[in-house]
Amino acid sequence: MGRMGGIRGSIMALWDRIRRGDEVDTSPKVGDEVKTTTCYMCACRCGIRVTLQDGKIRFIQGNPDHPVNRGVLCAKGSAGIMNHYSPARLRAPLKRVGPRGSGEFQEISWEEALATATEWLSAIRKSDPRKLAFFTGRDQSQALTGWWASQFGTPNYAAHGGFCSVNMAAAGMYTIGGSFWEFGEPDWSRTRYFLMFGVAEDHSSNPIKLGLGELKGREGTKFVSVNPVRTGYSAIADEWIGIRPGTDGLFVLSLVHELLAAGKVDFEYLVRYTNAPWLVIEAPGTPEDGLFARDSDGCVLAWDSERAAPADAQAADIVPALVGRFTLPDGRTAVPVFELLARRYLAEEYAPDAVAERTGVPAATIRRIAAELAHVAFSQAITLDVPWTDWAGRRHEQIVGRPVSVHAMRGISAHSNGFHTCRAIHILQILLGSIDCPGGFRFKPPFPKPVPGYGKPAGRPGQVRPGEPLPGSPLGYPMGPEDLLVEADGTPCRIDKAFSWEHPLAAHGMLHMVIANAWNRDPYPIDTLFLFMANMAWNSAMNTSRTMEMLADVDAETGEYRIPRIIYADAYYSETVPYADLVLPDTTYLERHDCISLLDRPISDADAAADAIRRPVVEPDRDVRPFQDVLIELGVRLGLPGLVEADGRPRYPGGFKDYMVRHERAPGIGMLAGWRGESGDRHGKGAPNPRQLERYIENGCFWHHAFADDERFLRMANRGYLERAVAMGFLDKAQPVVFQIYSEPLQKFRLAARGHGAVRPPAHLRDRVAACFDPLPIWYRPFEEDAADPARFPLHAITQRPMQMYHAWHSQNAWLRQITGSNKLYMHPATARAHGLAEDDWVWVESRTGRIKAQVGVMEGVNPDVVWTWNAIGKRRGSWNLAPDSPEFTRGFLLNHVISEVLPAGSGTQSNSDPVTGQAAWFDLRVRIEKAPAGEPKTSAPQFEAVAPAPGHETPADVLRYGAAFRAERDKGRR
Amino acid sequence: MTSLPPESRKKLGLVIDLDTCVGCHACAVNCKEWNTGGHMAPLTDLQAYGAKATGVWFNRIHSFEAGTGENGRTVHFPKSCLHCEDAPCVTVCPTGASFKRAEDGIVLVNEDKCIGCKLCSWACPYGAREYDADAGVMKKCTLCIDRIYNENLAPEDRVPACVSTCPARARHYGDLGDPDSEVSKLVRDRGGQDLMPEMGCKPVNKYLPPRPPKTRAAAIGAPEALAPAAKVGTAILSWLDKRLKR
Repeated sequence: MGRMGGIRGSIMALWDRIRRGDEVDTSPKVGDEVKTTTCYMCACRCGIRVTLQDGKIRFIQGNPDHPVNRGVLCAKGSAGIMNHYSPARLRAPLKRVGPRGSGEFQEISWEEALATATEWLSAIRKSDPRKLAFFTGRDQSQALTGWWASQFGTPNYAAHGGFCSVNMAAAGMYTIGGSFWEFGEPDWSRTRYFLMFGVAEDHSSNPIKLGLGELKGREGTKFVSVNPVRTGYSAIADEWIGIRPGTDGLFVLSLVHELLAAGKVDFEYLVRYTNAPWLVIEAPGTPEDGLFARDSDGCVLAWDSERAAPADAQAADIVPALVGRFTLPDGRTAVPVFELLARRYLAEEYAPDAVAERTGVPAATIRRIAAELAHVAFSQAITLDVPWTDWAGRRHEQIVGRPVSVHAMRGISAHSNGFHTCRAIHILQILLGSIDCPGGFRFKPPFPKPVPGYGKPAGRPGQVRPGEPLPGSPLGYPMGPEDLLVEADGTPCRIDKAFSWEHPLAAHGMLHMVIANAWNRDPYPIDTLFLFMANMAWNSAMNTSRTMEMLADVDAETGEYRIPRIIYADAYYSETVPYADLVLPDTTYLERHDCISLLDRPISDADAAADAIRRPVVEPDRDVRPFQDVLIELGVRLGLPGLVEADGRPRYPGGFKDYMVRHERAPGIGMLAGWRGESGDRHGKGAPNPRQLERYIENGCFWHHAFADDERFLRMANRGYLERAVAMGFLDKAQPVVFQIYSEPLQKFRLAARGHGAVRPPAHLRDRVAACFDPLPIWYRPFEEDAADPARFPLHAITQRPMQMYHAWHSQNAWLRQITGSNKLYMHPATARAHGLAEDDWVWVESRTGRIKAQVGVMEGVNPDVVWTWNAIGKRRGSWNLAPDSPEFTRGFLLNHVISEVLPAGSGTQSNSDPVTGQAAWFDLRVRIEKAPAGEPKTSAPQFEAVAPAPGHETPADVLRYGAAFRAERDKGRR
Repeated sequence: MTSLPPESRKKLGLVIDLDTCVGCHACAVNCKEWNTGGHMAPLTDLQAYGAKATGVWFNRIHSFEAGTGENGRTVHFPKSCLHCEDAPCVTVCPTGASFKRAEDGIVLVNEDKCIGCKLCSWACPYGAREYDADAGVMKKCTLCIDRIYNENLAPEDRVPACVSTCPARARHYGDLGDPDSEVSKLVRDRGGQDLMPEMGCKPVNKYLPPRPPKTRAAAIGAPEALAPAAKVGTAILSWLDKRLKR
């Protein structure tokens, strides 16, 4: 062996001589320094390490210590360099000098910009604060922006949740006190059955991919994806269920039917953690019909089978009946929630055979999935030998887990029946006993929060006063009609009509209705529309063409714009910038401080609470400022109470960075939970710590507090956790969170629609409220399907997001646009054949309100009744500093042009949204397609006049040699 | 023409798991990001903001569909240089620019010797070569040769960028010449395969095929359907006797 090695050695040496000149520097210096911060290429908020060389960004990688991404980084995050150095970045504040929409601007100083904004806003605040509509798009600092709006005194505030996933958030919060994604996650390391519904693949993308990678290698574990389109995650599912859009609720309730019919339900779980035994009053025609039976102290009652008498439903050790009909002390009858649930879903209308045709899922498949769920939940239960103490102080030696987990997002959310569908999914999870147990869906602290009763929206008549702040947050969770923001005659108080009878539980506001309502002056005219990071003149709008007209429309009588003033803050020259009168240029995410707060959209995981910061890793090379700093400066100039001292001096002279550390929302509770207290030894609650940001930076820009083993499961009823949550400021009281299978707040709205109570819906909405506020989940056809004749518009049309992109920010990224630079309208081969279409043909796509032209893509992995495309690829010529012949303009298209923001006449001007939450019903769309006549130009339609280039934007060079300078520097060193 | 070295004992390469690859392009973009400032910098982009944006990418994801109906599948297939043992891109090179390292089997290009004739890209059956029209030279995956041995990086970072970043952990790096390495074990356990073995290039990189999907209930030991109670009323009646303590 030694001899052989010797010969081998000589051959190698000879070879190396031959290969002279091929020496490779295998240990080059990599940059001058590495700085940690938090990614902002999408909403996942992964930890990143940014390597810098000569002040430029050499490389961005995932931070291996970070709880969200554990070192991995997606395509978006890895392309951050190209977003940071994008030629589309704005350079300085802009004042509009041409007509709206033209893109003719003049650069101005920050002093002029801030003085202008202050003058406009100050006049509004002194007269009628509602006339400011402040909507902040894909904002990750809503804890600041929402607070700022309430300090200003306007109820007209929201971020983008209304057109994103409020159905998921609201259904979750009203049912389990948490929700999918940011408020919970599958127990990836223990689950044995993972059911995923309609997930946009850029959402929570790294945690999901990490989880799927782990799950797929586990013996006997199954991943089922329910989605009309088989891309991304669905491609690696064990089973893909190509459901018909908008019918997931029927599918889920049919699973519930099967489980109930076989008695495969976790009864112990129902009795302990849910309102299944709570008694519901049966007194038709009376104002208390369908409400919970209560005793004189207001305690909800259950029927204690042991004593054969009503008892406090929340008392420990009672033996509550789940079925039966009972007479209350006052003589009325009442029925446990579980019996109502069982009677409803055991009905034949939910049997697999009854729903198969409408869902497109064979009855045998529904029966099999139900059997698989039951098998995993009950025959493969997990037992952890972790002693814990329940809310009543009873010690348990073990924790039982039902290893079925679910995740659901956009495909459920973006329908007008999405709220109920999401509630149905949560009820399926509850019946299986699989929420916050080992192997199930687990909460991320600070969730679960109490259900119901978690903050109500401010902005009722009398709460909006000139020069005064609102008495609370503009967003919240109404618990009954009395919490709505409506005038005495039922008129909405908010410009977007959130929390009105049109959309009572619009917990995230309705950004998608602001422009149309402001243009219509319905319910009232506004003065200034102030937008941040929301591409509302393009891919974030429904009915984009009309939205652009409305933004630029001039009132014939006055000669003024119908929406008088528009202020916009963005980092890039997006399609919305040309419509602004005043543009406040933001920095990129690598040039600013930000706060990923537990008060906002937390990054906790199931085992730990966590928050994080962004901090500047490079200095801006343009005259731009972080939006949060600008907002604080504006607040000071406006004299907003929370931002100035009594003598008018700024309360946070260091800007947002200062606010992150010193602002307290309640005593001891601030934006960041880590290293509080004067010496930094307190977590959760504690006095502000002047060195807090240094501590974050030392720790990689995040804080991560792991819970003890006995605080990690069944937290809705786990005393150890609940007490910890109180100590950390997550909860006010260590009281159990009882899952609301039956939602009494919904019934209160329904009773109002039936004529009870002081606050009642206007006549034209009465039937809709009565029907849609069912306290148990229902399924109804998406509204658009009633509006658009199915014979005339036979196809569903939906969008998906490519994993490598997050909205409009990325279809201009030099690298990402090489992956997806244009989009096609994808359809099944059978659908293409039926329309005489082949790959790359051009088609007209027509909805009840408009038509667009697109190029055809043919694929097997799509429901034949569905056409779909990638979202936000098409762009408007002139924007984003892309060349005029770019494929984003010539072949890219938006489906948005054919999605109406309102339902057809006859239903008033009601928004095309979920009737409960106001969630934009993007995916309800119905279309017809027709081959474009030969001879028509092979370009997408509609096309719009190009906007003028932004001041100072030069045409980018033809050749991009990013990184050449790093090599040149290295080579210099070697010579 | 250029000679290959004697067979190297060490065969560094990648093992790519097609069972978990979701086609997210993270590996491709992270590779681009590292390498555009790395050993073969830059990975030039032409018309980056124009009509026909094209660039040098060492790693690309091909997505396609296979089969129809119930047997249909969407496949995401990442592809970069496979660092072949019998690398035709090396033997075809007229200047000696293309070469395979004796010590670890990595196939590289010496840009100083490359005349940009593109013979190597014609010879490579995988299309894994990337011509930089701006520099006039051929470029390609270096297996992150400036990371894997780099003493300026933490030991855990000394892996190719694509492996380090892969969110589904579908990419593995190691010595496929060592039968006891983790990657060799993966290949054995999961039936790792050569890409187009009929071309005779003996690629070092291996692909793990998708695991059989657990579509049928029996695959997880479940029945095909639940046995329902005879009647709805019976189910509800059966729950009357439930005595569960809260």
